Amino acid sequence: MNVSAIGEFIGALFILTGGVMSVVSVFGLIRLPDVYTRSHAATKSSTLAVLLTLLGAFIYFWATAHFISVRLLLGIFFVFLTAPVAGHLLVRSAYRTKVKLADISGTDDLYEVLHGDQKKENES
Amino acid sequence: MRAQLLLNVMIAFLWMLLIDEDELKFTTFFAGFLVGIGIIFMLHRFFGTQFYLKRLFACFKLLFIFNSELVQSSILVLRQILSPKLKIQPGIFRYETVLESDLEITMISLLLTLTPGSVVMEVMPEGNVLYVHAMDVENERDAILNQLKNFEKAIMEVTRS
Repeated sequence: MNVSAIGEFIGALFILTGGVMSVVSVFGLIRLPDVYTRSHAATKSSTLAVLLTLLGAFIYFWATAHFISVRLLLGIFFVFLTAPVAGHLLVRSAYRTKVKLADISGTDDLYEVLHGDQKKENES
Repeated sequence: MRAQLLLNVMIAFLWMLLIDEDELKFTTFFAGFLVGIGIIFMLHRFFGTQFYLKRLFACFKLLFIFNSELVQSSILVLRQILSPKLKIQPGIFRYETVLESDLEITMISLLLTLTPGSVVMEVMPEGNVLYVHAMDVENERDAILNQLKNFEKAIMEVTRS
């Protein structure tokens, strides 16, 4: 087993793990109760899945073709730069348009700050 | 700091010239640059300023901490998703950060949102209060707070060294 075969194996392993991660995160997307917990499954587990898949492809091409693909690394960088912004904005706008938390939810420290005034107005 | 960088480039250039190959190669220049980093690291306390690559090391440390947190909390979230009965209690909690500048706040929100199990929902206009939505508030509050403290320390090393 030479170096390129080992690299091929490691790359394939990374891609496989990334694929399993995305499947599980889709599973979570269906299963979790409300938009906030779903955003955890959708944006978060998939960041690791994308990281593993692109890294696996990078290692594979490096080991087999001796080709260092900067584009794959840039892909990781930009996904990691944009995914949290999108997740943050989705969750933020959902909360501002008063999407309810799931019934199993615990503490909610934000409610008073954002919607506290409106509640008082409705009562008066 | 700038003087150190200039000196390092000069050492690399000298190295490339003294090796005396048939043509000027970038790889030789890079090897010289690495040697220069070693020399300047040994001598930097005589300059009276900090080592100019210290910030770079801090960046790498931040990256390493982030990766380990990413893997740990991903496993945690995957386990919660795959458990036959959902035993989670999501919730929002308030966190006051010690970080101040815009860049630091942006960095900590990015990192925290990237790690599974927690999303920054709202940043107060003052900038020092974050509202974080967590997958399982009751059981994981300590873990997330610990994670936040780790990130804060690493970010401060990058921006304030």
